[in-house]
Amino acid sequence: MIVAETKPLEAVARMVQGYDRVLAVGCGTCVTVCFSGGRKEVATLAASLRMKRGIEGKPLQVDEAIVQRQCEWEYIDPLADQVRQYDAVLSLGCGVGVQALAQRFPGTRVLPALDTLFMGMPSEQGVWEERCQACGACILDKTGGICPVSRCAKQLFNGPCGGSRNGRCEVDAQVLCAWHLIWERAEALGMTDALMELEPPKDWSTSRDGGPRRMLRDDLRVPREEEGDE
Amino acid sequence: MIPIQAAAVPGAPSLKTASNLERVLAEGQFAVTAELGPPRGCDAASVRRKTQILKGWVHAANVTDNQAAVVRMSSIATGLLMIQEGLEPIIQMTCRDRNRLAMQSDLLGAAAHGVHNLLCLSGDHQSKGDHPGAKNVHDIDSIQLVAMVRTMRDENRYQNGKDIPGGGPCIFIGAAENPFADPAAMRPYRLRKKALAGADFIQTQLVYDVPRFREFMKKTVDLGVHEKVAILAGVGPLKSPGMARHLRENVPGMSVPEAFDTRMQAAVKGIDADDKQARTRAWREEGKRICVELIQEIREIEGVAGVHVMAIEWEDAVPEIVRAAGLSPQTAAQPQQ
Repeated sequence: MIVAETKPLEAVARMVQGYDRVLAVGCGTCVTVCFSGGRKEVATLAASLRMKRGIEGKPLQVDEAIVQRQCEWEYIDPLADQVRQYDAVLSLGCGVGVQALAQRFPGTRVLPALDTLFMGMPSEQGVWEERCQACGACILDKTGGICPVSRCAKQLFNGPCGGSRNGRCEVDAQVLCAWHLIWERAEALGMTDALMELEPPKDWSTSRDGGPRRMLRDDLRVPREEEGDE
Repeated sequence: MIPIQAAAVPGAPSLKTASNLERVLAEGQFAVTAELGPPRGCDAASVRRKTQILKGWVHAANVTDNQAAVVRMSSIATGLLMIQEGLEPIIQMTCRDRNRLAMQSDLLGAAAHGVHNLLCLSGDHQSKGDHPGAKNVHDIDSIQLVAMVRTMRDENRYQNGKDIPGGGPCIFIGAAENPFADPAAMRPYRLRKKALAGADFIQTQLVYDVPRFREFMKKTVDLGVHEKVAILAGVGPLKSPGMARHLRENVPGMSVPEAFDTRMQAAVKGIDADDKQARTRAWREEGKRICVELIQEIREIEGVAGVHVMAIEWEDAVPEIVRAAGLSPQTAAQPQQ
């Protein structure tokens, strides 16, 4: 899932400073399950903003909405009539959701109420950890299902740096050393030989370094009418 | 005068580079290297001063690359000042601050100015340094850097496989290893990986825990790695009992037996607690003595080809340690110019 956290109230309040009517839009997918942008969080943020502005003597109307997925047109299109009635939309979606709303509703100011953190999972109740950086060329087959791109602070491909101690990362003792985990797993699976091979420099062109990425599936595409005229 | 591109060494056709360190190791001498930390400003005089302290006592000296992720004078620029002063630099290069384009271009430039040695490192994480908000690079890792430099030197090709016009840089390639970091079982294999990637020499993390180092070296020798790569053990003088504790507790992957704290504490026995100068002097003397003993012990371990003396911000200690350890300064020849 995409993991995000709510911005501090002060920061969100600053964004909506000049407005009188705001629509807070949550998302029913990733940010609902990581407790940052679901129905409950939308209600909490809306109430907090109303209260804060009330105390300041500048009442703010904050209405609440939630869509199943902020990153798909079919779910956000039904908001079209509603958003026109507001000075701004406050998105409690991830960065994808914010941009989808902004693109769909070009005449409306769309503001992010969350900071999008990473792609990951809850490793235990109340703890989320990063697992994938979408580098575009998965090597998990070589590393026992543990990703050094997202889980090693130095993105090492050929073993741990010299700072691994007691299986922990030198950068943050709360974080497990990815290469320690990879080695232990390889030992358990009898696959340490595979880690002796030199992993050559990665081609980062499939990652963010190649520029914003697109995926095309011609078999799924529906030709648009205007394209048909070309 | 700045020497230019390294030429083949006359009378020594088996050498890959014009590196003094390579020659010394090839001759079977016990190699001695030290560390020179570049200044945090642009003070060339401090580099020259430190160079003069080390010159004649070591075969070559490392120049750190934004060590501890703190901005300092560039390692290559510092190295050029050292060459002017007559001491052979081992340029440290981390994967933290440069991508493969910058690394290769810096290497070409360094070689053009007479640099013959490179130490390939991952680099301390920027969160520990003076610009914690910096973006790190890590385009390639330290082992891939070793392989890249070897390809440039031996195959005259860039990392992308294309020919380097006029030939690649003649660089003696080094890498680091920490025998005390986790996972311990992987360390000798990781060292072998560096040797297979093309490392010519290895400098280890500071060794205080000799029994553990001996164990590591035994495994390394069993794997035959010491025949492929010259292993220089890292040593360094303690400055105080606090430093021993600090290294043990705060430097990841360090093993410092508590016996050294005790010895350092005992060194100031009978000295007035208020006489800070006398205490510092006594601690430093004891620190150097311990370092010399460590060198003598480590020297006997099979597969150890030399020592790397890291006296951080204490370059003055190096000549005394080298002399006391019986590592003849006469063998510490100057770089070929």
